[in-house]
Parts: sequence; structure tokens; C-alpha cells
Amino acid sequence: MIENLLLQVFNGLVNGAFYALLSLGLAVIFGMLRVINFMHGALYMLGAFGAYLLTAWWGLPFWWTLLAAPILVAAIGLVFERLLLRRLYDADLLYNLLLTFGLALAIQDAMRIRFGMQGVPYGAPAALQGAVEIGPLLFPAYRLFVLAVSVLACLGTWWLIDRTRAGLIIRAATERPMLTRALGVDVDRWIPAVFAFGVALAGLAGVLAAPMRNVSPVMGADLIITTFAIVVIGGMGSILGSVVTGFIVGVLEALGAVYYPSAANLVVFILMAAILLVRPAGLFGSADAG
Amino acid sequence: MEGVAEVKRSAGRPIERYITRRRFLRAAGAAAAGAALAPLSRPWRAGAQTAVHLTQGKVVIGVLNDQSGVYADLSGKNGVEAARMAVEDFQKKYGAGVLGGPIQVIAADHQNKPDLGSQKAQEFYDRDGVGMITDVDTSSVGIAVANVAAQKHRLCLNVGAATTALTNANCNRYTFHYAYDTYMLANGTGVEVTKRIGKNWYLVYPDYAFGQDMDHSFTSAIQRAGGKVLLADATPFPNDDFSTYLIKARTMRPLLNVIGTMHAGQDVVNFVKQYNQYGLRQQGINLAIGLLFLSDIHALGVEAYQGTLYTTAWEWTLDKQSREFADRFLARTKVRPTFVMAGNYSATWQYLEAIRRAGTDDPDKVVAALEGYKFSDFFIRNGTIRKQDHLVTHDAYLARVKAPSEVKEPWDYVTILSTIPARDAFMPLSQVTCKMS
Repeated sequence: MIENLLLQVFNGLVNGAFYALLSLGLAVIFGMLRVINFMHGALYMLGAFGAYLLTAWWGLPFWWTLLAAPILVAAIGLVFERLLLRRLYDADLLYNLLLTFGLALAIQDAMRIRFGMQGVPYGAPAALQGAVEIGPLLFPAYRLFVLAVSVLACLGTWWLIDRTRAGLIIRAATERPMLTRALGVDVDRWIPAVFAFGVALAGLAGVLAAPMRNVSPVMGADLIITTFAIVVIGGMGSILGSVVTGFIVGVLEALGAVYYPSAANLVVFILMAAILLVRPAGLFGSADAG
Repeated sequence: MEGVAEVKRSAGRPIERYITRRRFLRAAGAAAAGAALAPLSRPWRAGAQTAVHLTQGKVVIGVLNDQSGVYADLSGKNGVEAARMAVEDFQKKYGAGVLGGPIQVIAADHQNKPDLGSQKAQEFYDRDGVGMITDVDTSSVGIAVANVAAQKHRLCLNVGAATTALTNANCNRYTFHYAYDTYMLANGTGVEVTKRIGKNWYLVYPDYAFGQDMDHSFTSAIQRAGGKVLLADATPFPNDDFSTYLIKARTMRPLLNVIGTMHAGQDVVNFVKQYNQYGLRQQGINLAIGLLFLSDIHALGVEAYQGTLYTTAWEWTLDKQSREFADRFLARTKVRPTFVMAGNYSATWQYLEAIRRAGTDDPDKVVAALEGYKFSDFFIRNGTIRKQDHLVTHDAYLARVKAPSEVKEPWDYVTILSTIPARDAFMPLSQVTCKMS
């Protein structure tokens, strides 16, 4: 029984890994740009398709797509940011929300027209097929890998933001944009890079998802709703909050699926309602950051 | 204008005699009017104009299906093409004017929304003069459109939806269920797999109407065959992650023989990918899928699905005449037909045949011409259109997805293991609860 529970927690962490990567990207973007990026799910989908296409067209092995697809997705994100998003930074928050929502639908439909609804085949790399036995427990190798990559990416992001000069500027610009400008930092110069970085994390999540989930144009559509809830629970714009909440929600959903299946999809929203009542700024948010 | 009174008059009378007399009158009328119509082959009408009377001067067939959502690939636009092909072939065989007017196919996307589906159906019948709607995948939409057909007194030959409600609780005089239903799927897979593979089952199904329906049907089929459902779990819908259930399956005692998933669309792909990751097949736990389409296997690749057992209404590699159809379909659409696409062709053809037999497109007479009709075509084998519930019974097939090494050509994914004869494949009349109004 306890073994079963451990396995479920492990699976929850793997699912949480996707949430963490996605909500981390959203949080970084929201913190710096004050943009609620609704096309995050669509970019996650593009990451998965990127992995598929790079392999199908140029025979790139999975390991290289892990690097190349996120860069590709970041480039696409950058184009959108430079061409469209930046024009609306001065307008109300809602305008960019609507813009990115529209873009998400357009991207999804374009992919649907090209690739159909059913999705495309994608398997795990040979080295990561099968399962690893640790004591009495059996872990699929690929899932262990996903968890490891995700944790590394989250730690890497934390290091970037907490320990580097670029991170210092980002944090300053996130918390006190006016003051940072007043100190002579060109905040605007950093915006495209931060956006591309956040989007690349979505792309990475997409590549990681490809071998274990259906690669199809709508794969990000449902996920994005949960991810937004996670960002709200964690505290809008809070890096730590989004990662921790991502893993928590993953585990809660996995356990929910065992003990009360019909509520598993609701867990995140119940949690969100409860947290908002007690701490309106979210678990890790400061009252004035949002 | 004429329907209601005539139906009442014809009730209880031998239908053939009645129709023949009417046909004769129509033939005389048409000849007198001197309408330019194609000649007929029957000797007693030689020289006369065609006797088919069209109430609106044309036949319009409406294909209503999901063209943009999760089921778009199992029929969608190619399903519409199939109906068009049937019309062209029908006209090639009998002559373009055989029904005394043009035959058109129009199509719409119901987006899997029952309200949209029923609205489109009303437009089809009222505005576009559609005499018969076909395809209508997604059970909830299928039921909604069947209700519209009953209200409007026009036909619906449902091919794409799985629910048995169409020929039970929601049955009506104008709706026919053509290719398959949940009973056929569960009965075929549940009984045959229990006999061939093993008795211990674990069922996993999505927590909505289709899933619950499949769960019930499978459980009773498995028990009928002497098997045992050790556990049945409802999963959230939609669901990305099935590891919870796959882990349970490994630890279950007595040892499992089969895990059966009733998921569809995205979810079943997620399920199969994860089933492979947990290596359940290597532990002797076979995978059975409630409902699987050729398009599903094509999307994920034969390797992922290999060994999966399921029941199908038709498969393009079945025999020579099926292949012949599939070749022409491939040339036209670039894909091999799923059984829903092939079913759309067959249903369209049989509707046109029924008009020809009835000598009119008057819905009540077409219904009468379809009821009790026995036929075979490339899609339907040993088919009977049951009068009592309007279910089209025919041979079904237990199928297994091939291993990559067995695949000889593109789209060649499936081995037919056995034929389930028409009399065993569908719900017996004794269990049918349909009451035609």
C-alpha cells in the first residue's frame, strides 16, 4: 500500500514537473512584462511539434531536439513579441491577454489544418525506454528523466535570477520598474530576452511531453487553464511560488485520481479558491507585487 | 403536404403492393407531364419516363460531422468525400437522371456540440431541402439530430455515433443506426478476448456517458463469456496521465490478463503511450481498446498499438471489393478510409437505392423501403435493417493491430482475427427497449 502511495507521489511529481516548467515561464513573463501570456499552451504544443518535425525532417535525435526545439519556440515567441505584443505594453493588461488568446487560437488552428486533429506519432528515445526498478518499485525511465530535467531547469532559472547580474536587473524591474528605470537601467532592453526565455521553458516542457503524451494541436489548450490557476495560487509573478505550487498540484491531482477520481480535475480550482480567500496575493506573492 | 394522410392509409397494408400502385400512377403522371427524365430499365416501363417522384425536384444529402474537433480525423472532411463518391458512383451505375433530378451532398461541422448539431440539422431539413442526414459522430450530437429527424419527419442514417440509445431509448421512425454501437464493440471484444486471451479484466473508462455505457456493456459481455472484471475505474475527463491506473494494474491479484480502456481521442493516445512506458505487455497484461479507428493507429504508429485487440465494423484490407473501394478512396483523398468514412458511402448508397425502390423520396415511403431490407455491399455483409429498432445488423470483426514487422504497405495496420456473424454481433431484439412512435 505504501509502495503504491510512493509511486503515485512520484507520478504526481512528474506531472508537477510540467506544471512547474510552464508556470515558471508564465511567472517570469508576467513579472517582467505584466503580460498574461495566454498563448503559453500553444507554444508548449509548438515545442512538442518542433521535436517531432526536427526528427522527421532532419533526423535530429531526441537529445538535440531538447535543445533546438525550445530555441526555435523562443524565436517564434520573439517574433510575436516584437511584432505584436510590444505595441500593447502601455495599454490595459486585458489587451495583451486578448491578443495572446487570439494568437493561441490561430496557432492551434494553423497546426490543425496542417497536421490534423489526431496528432502525430512520437516515441521515447531508445535509451529511455522501459522501466527502472528501485527496490520494490518500478519507475519508467523516461519519467525519471523528465523529473530530473525539470528540476534542473527550475534550479537553473533560480540561479539565473538570483545569482547573476541579469537576474538582479530582472528582479529589480519586476518589483520596482519605475525605480529601476530611474537608476539608469534600460528595462525595455531586457524585455524581449525575458519573454524569449519564458517561452523557451514552455517549448522545453513541450519536448519533454512529446514521448509520453499525445502530440496534437490541442495538447496545450486544457493544460493552460490549470497552469494559470497554479500561477495564481503561487502568487502572480512569484518564481518560487509557481514552481512549488506546480509540484504540489501535480501530486494532489495524482492522489485525487486514486482516492476520488471525479474530483481530480477540480483539485487545483478548489485549492485556488481556498488560497485566494485566505491569502489574496497567493502563497508566495507579496501584497503589492500583483 | 401529402405525407401524414397517406401513411395512415397505408398502415397495415402490404407495403409493396401499395408502392407499386403509386409508382404506376406517378409514372403515368410524369409521362403525361412530359418531364425530361432518364429512361428506366424495367420492361413494363420501357419507353415511359422515370417513375421516381421527387417532392422538391432534387435529392439532397446532408453530411453532419465533426470537422474541427477531436473526431475530425476519423471522418470529417473525408467522410463528406465518401458520401460524394457514393453519389457519383450511383449515378455512374444507373445514369445521372435515375432519380429524376440532381443529387447533391452538402456538409456542415457540428463541432461536437449537440445544440449546434440540432440547429444545423434543422437548417438542413428546412432550408436546404435535405432528405437524409448521415454520419453524425459523437453520441450526444447523434441523439440530438435523431430527435430533429423525428420532429421534421426526415431521415437520419447515423454512422458515426456509438450510443445504443439511438435504437433504444431514443429510437424513432426516421432514424437508423448504421455501422456500429457500444453493444457491438463490447460484445465483440469482451466475449472474444475473454475466450482467447484470459479471464481477468481491469476496465478503465472516462467518466462521461460514452465511458459509462461502455463499462456496463463490457462488464456484461465479459461475464457472459465466463470472465471476471476485477476492477473498473472511472478516470477524470480529459486526462493526461494514466499512471495511477497502470500502476494499479501491475499490482493487482489475481494476475491480470487484460486491461481494457474505453477512452477515445487524445486520451486513448495518452493511455497507450503510458501503457507502453510501464511495460505492461511484457508482464502479460494485454491491452484491449473499446473503440479504435484506423486514423488513431495511423496517428500514433503501429508500433505503439501493436497487439491491441478491438472490434471493428469494417477494415479496408478485408477482401478484394473493400480494397478496391479503398484504392479509389486513397486516390481521391490521400488517406485510406476508416470504417466511418466507408459507412458514410454505404449509407448514402443505400438511401439512394431505397428512393429508387420506393419510386419517391417521400420520407415515409423511403423508411418503409428500408425497413426489413436485407443486403450486402462492400461495407455491410449479411446486413438486415431491423424493422423493430432500425438497427442495421451485419458482420463485425475482431481485430488485432499488427507488429511493425507484419506491415506490408502504408496503412496496413490490422489483422482480422475472426468474423462475428451478424446474428451474434448486435444486441438481440429481446433486449431492445425501443418503442417506435
